[in-house]
Amino acid sequence: MTVAQATETAVEVHDVTVAYHRKPVLWDVDVLLPAGHLIAIVGPNGAGKSTLLKAILGLVPLASGKVEIFGRPLRKARSLVGYVPQRESVDWDFPIDALGVALMGRYGRLGWVRRPGKADREAALTSLAKVGMADYADRQISRLSGGQQQRVFLARALAQDATLYLMDEPFAGVDAATERAIVDVLRELREQGKTVIAVHHDLQTVPEYFDHVMLLNMRLVASGAVQDVFTRENLHKTYGGRLTVLEEAAEALRRV
Amino acid sequence: MSDLLRLITLQDANTRVVLLGAALLGLAAGVVGTFAVLRRRALVGDAMAHAALPGVCLAYFVVGERNFAAFLIGAFIAGLIGAGCIVLIRAHTRIKEDAAIGIVLASFFGLGISLSSAIQQQPSGNRAGLDTFIFGKAASMVRSDVVFIGVCAAAIVAIVAVLARELGSLCFDRGFSASIGRPVVWLDFLLMGLICLCAVIGLPAAGVVMTAAMLTVPAAAARFWTDHLRIMLVLSGVFGIVSGVVGVGISALRPGLAAGPLVVLVAGVIFVVSLIAAPRRGVAAAWWRRRSLRRRVLLQNLLRAMHELLEGSSPRDLRESELLAKRAWTTTQLTTALRRASRMGLAQPGDHPHAWRLTPAGVTEAASVTRAHRLWELFLIEQAEIAADHVDRDADQIEHVLPHDVIAALEARLVAQGRLPASPHAIPVVGSGGPHA
Repeated sequence: MTVAQATETAVEVHDVTVAYHRKPVLWDVDVLLPAGHLIAIVGPNGAGKSTLLKAILGLVPLASGKVEIFGRPLRKARSLVGYVPQRESVDWDFPIDALGVALMGRYGRLGWVRRPGKADREAALTSLAKVGMADYADRQISRLSGGQQQRVFLARALAQDATLYLMDEPFAGVDAATERAIVDVLRELREQGKTVIAVHHDLQTVPEYFDHVMLLNMRLVASGAVQDVFTRENLHKTYGGRLTVLEEAAEALRRV
Repeated sequence: MSDLLRLITLQDANTRVVLLGAALLGLAAGVVGTFAVLRRRALVGDAMAHAALPGVCLAYFVVGERNFAAFLIGAFIAGLIGAGCIVLIRAHTRIKEDAAIGIVLASFFGLGISLSSAIQQQPSGNRAGLDTFIFGKAASMVRSDVVFIGVCAAAIVAIVAVLARELGSLCFDRGFSASIGRPVVWLDFLLMGLICLCAVIGLPAAGVVMTAAMLTVPAAAARFWTDHLRIMLVLSGVFGIVSGVVGVGISALRPGLAAGPLVVLVAGVIFVVSLIAAPRRGVAAAWWRRRSLRRRVLLQNLLRAMHELLEGSSPRDLRESELLAKRAWTTTQLTTALRRASRMGLAQPGDHPHAWRLTPAGVTEAASVTRAHRLWELFLIEQAEIAADHVDRDADQIEHVLPHDVIAALEARLVAQGRLPASPHAIPVVGSGGPHA
């Protein structure tokens, strides 16, 4: 693992093992993820990519190890963390509109009973505008397309005004317009010095969208700057001999 | 008649108390039921109502006499144990939730029935009034019972009112709630406890099956009318109150009729009305939308067929046989479309029978429809991936809902191909509110 310059560490994952039903999903993952970068977590299906995000967020119990965010334990750093879950993880027929979902991003700072005020509504609307969804604020979420739903999820995370964003497959199943909108938001976040860690499944776009990559297949294969780590050899280690994937990877490497 | 008058003017003190209890019970079931339905816990409520029964019987064994509060506490504990069993079975075996619910519901209920028949055998047993917990008998409740139920119901409503936002957040996206540090496991327990309490206090008034229904039916009915959680909560509560009061009221007028089934029947009527009549989500509205779309599509297909038959030649009458051969449609569909076009002043009968021509307005509209269709074709071939987000994917026939700005962008391409029908710019584009209805 090579970190070129001495940067602040956003997330330290220290010897983390996670098991579901006694079957380990992550084995002794030990990695430092630097602040201020767009970081892709890449690996085959079942490699534990989502699980790693959930482990960082404290959503799954750790069998061993610990996670620190900006040098602090999670419970002291929650307000710094924004989360975009997988779109499929929720019921999109829930009675709420796009603005309502974006407002949920403010709940963390509002606490249990304080109602969202004018400032919160404005923050939510601004977030919707950033992802091009301002015109859809009062639309019920089931009447949005898949890409629009993904953007609303992103808006909710933006409304959290976090320092570190964890995103679970933000590009999964979205149209090209949404993909561009998300990429723009990611770059803006990086310019503001924020850190984004995203599970990503499209190898071809890794060098274009991200500057740091973490290759994962139940164990950590490699982590570092894209130009150093995103190599044919490492991808082979991550994916094994899967042909189609390697072709994609070769294609991606040509573009680096 | 005088009975009804006495009832609605609330002259009878006991009726007043019972109706107030029924209203509070309905309100509590309505608001808690909203979250039970949204969290997909509706069947768990059913299971807990059944699982509560052995708790009532065991409470009788412990206390040795009819003690309403003791019965309900026993029921509450047994209900929670039942829910706990479901969770344990699901977590530690390969049995899925629906089967786990079935197993727990049946075995606890079987145990409850056995215990209660054993109690009935005892000399003092039939005074215990255990059967009211199975079938429900609102009229048999005494004032102190109703006060106890009412206090519990009011507490439930108060808790839900304070935590509505967090419970909603839990139901929508548990992972996100957890990520901002909410104790989602405890919130889930709390919701489970509220559902159980609601099921238990409903038992003496409505019985086992009916009380479970009250946790589901008003909430499901409310969902038809609104897309907002707060409105859904209020509506569901109101539906619960109406069901409770009307059901218990009818039962008070006709002592032969048990209150529980009547309460659920009223709720059922509200549900059916909602299912059919609700705007947007209701069955009638959906049917109307499909019908309008079908009619619009048919008319536009007709206009396009006529335009294409006439394209590049001078205006003439078109025979019905020609039109019939142009598309895969039945004679009935064609005739319907022609009649509609004629009513709208877009087509008129020609010189011969079974021949039709476009009116000047029809010519313009047909050109506009054809233009939109070709643009859409081109759009699908060349730009669909880029602009798919601008298209309403829900529509069955997307060719008829292409938005204005996308059309404009594609026109140039069609002009280059020489396939753009001549049409003045003033013509409204299909899908942005043309003369078709």
